Amino acid sequence: MARRTPLHELHRAAGARFTEFSGWEMPVQYAGVIAEHAQVRSSAGLFDVSHMGELEVRGPGALALCQRVATNDAAKLGVGQAQYTVWCAEDGGTIDDTILYRLGAERYMFCVNAGNAAACLDWIREQQKGVPGAEVVDRCDELGLIALQGPRAAEVVERLGAAAIAALPRFGCTETTLAGASVIAARTGYTGEDGFELFVGAGQVASLWQALMDMSRDDLRIAPIGLGARDTLRLEAALPLYGHELSRDISPLEAGLGWAIKLAKGDFVGASALRRQKEAGLPRRLVGLALREPGIARADYPVKCGERVVGVVTSGTKSPTLGSAIALALLASESLDAALSVEIRGRAVAAERVGLPFYRRAGAR
Amino acid sequence: MEFPEDLKYTREHEWVSIEGSVATIGITDHAQEQLGDVVFVELPGVGDRMEKADAFGVVESTKAVSDVYAPLSGEVTEVNDDLPDNPELINEDPYGDGWMVKVAIGDQADLEDLMTADEYRKFIEESATE
Repeated sequence: MARRTPLHELHRAAGARFTEFSGWEMPVQYAGVIAEHAQVRSSAGLFDVSHMGELEVRGPGALALCQRVATNDAAKLGVGQAQYTVWCAEDGGTIDDTILYRLGAERYMFCVNAGNAAACLDWIREQQKGVPGAEVVDRCDELGLIALQGPRAAEVVERLGAAAIAALPRFGCTETTLAGASVIAARTGYTGEDGFELFVGAGQVASLWQALMDMSRDDLRIAPIGLGARDTLRLEAALPLYGHELSRDISPLEAGLGWAIKLAKGDFVGASALRRQKEAGLPRRLVGLALREPGIARADYPVKCGERVVGVVTSGTKSPTLGSAIALALLASESLDAALSVEIRGRAVAAERVGLPFYRRAGAR
Repeated sequence: MEFPEDLKYTREHEWVSIEGSVATIGITDHAQEQLGDVVFVELPGVGDRMEKADAFGVVESTKAVSDVYAPLSGEVTEVNDDLPDNPELINEDPYGDGWMVKVAIGDQADLEDLMTADEYRKFIEESATE
């Protein structure tokens, strides 16, 4: 029996089609994936991501526990700052990719993937045994999460009078109110656009969702966005999806996330394995592919050089923004410059390695 | 939801229009709605043999790949050349401009297994969950 978020009936009323994702019944589309994708790239869209998990870490040992379980340097975070960080196992495989928010002097919060929430909670409670003065609080059931994403997301927030949220820098976070609800607001997201993630009590997430939807105007349309467009948006931005670009068998180094791994910060779970991988050289790497003949690459399709299999597609789609087929693939390091094809239903379709991300919003980096 | 009376239907959500010995085949309004935005279509070639119940083509959305099954056996005489560049025709006009192939019917007896519009409508209602 799949779980439902507090917004389920609102989604039904809005005409959502549902799918099961990580044990949750979630909206996959409302108006259609392509329309919703364009809505986020051009204006503003609302995502119900309440299925994701929230784990708070508190106390004098909080920083030490955050440092132990994740690869990025949490000591760099001032209060009101967040960072992308990866949880690894001892062998360097990935347990989850997360965002870590520093909410207070001794208060941090990990946002974890829905499908990994139970495993992450068990894991961090296990690691906690070796870190005195750290308390772990499971807030998964207590908190809902709405993502407001798009180039006009900040305008929506400004029109609601939430100057503190609109003023957040990229990866900033703050505890404040929005439309009468207490929220943890962060300028983070999974779309490659500007936007905000709003953590709110489960009892208030429906009224916050409604308040945001009610801000839709002729000159600033806001629309609900499903998981279908969430996937095409993140793929264009080359953001990894756990279970595809990251897994227990794929290390963050192979997935190109070396920038989020700070080996110099001190010991953490997986550090020795990652250091060894770095020194030995990576046997495979995540790359971007563009198909040069008709066809769409999908997860698990082989990547070949002539007759030899040299890699595998991890995610693929037809990019709504580019109008062409794009894919992420794990490729053998010695084949990075080879003439490549993707095998689609027994046929070799020419593919070319391209730089990532496939799409970058105007003015970014 | 449209179920044109003059067409025949299959359990795999294809429609068939019969004119003498030629069948025109596509996917139904229900199928295109379930699929969502169609972004890619793979069709057989003119002259290819179509075998009843085998997959003869593919329709893809942003997320999923869906096989299209042959409602009958025969030889492909025409394919819709507009579809590769305009796959969204399948969503916009599944029974008209979204047609996929025309087939010279090999055995008229194959048509007996097809459903009427009423039978197909009932089939969908019975298969619907909740």
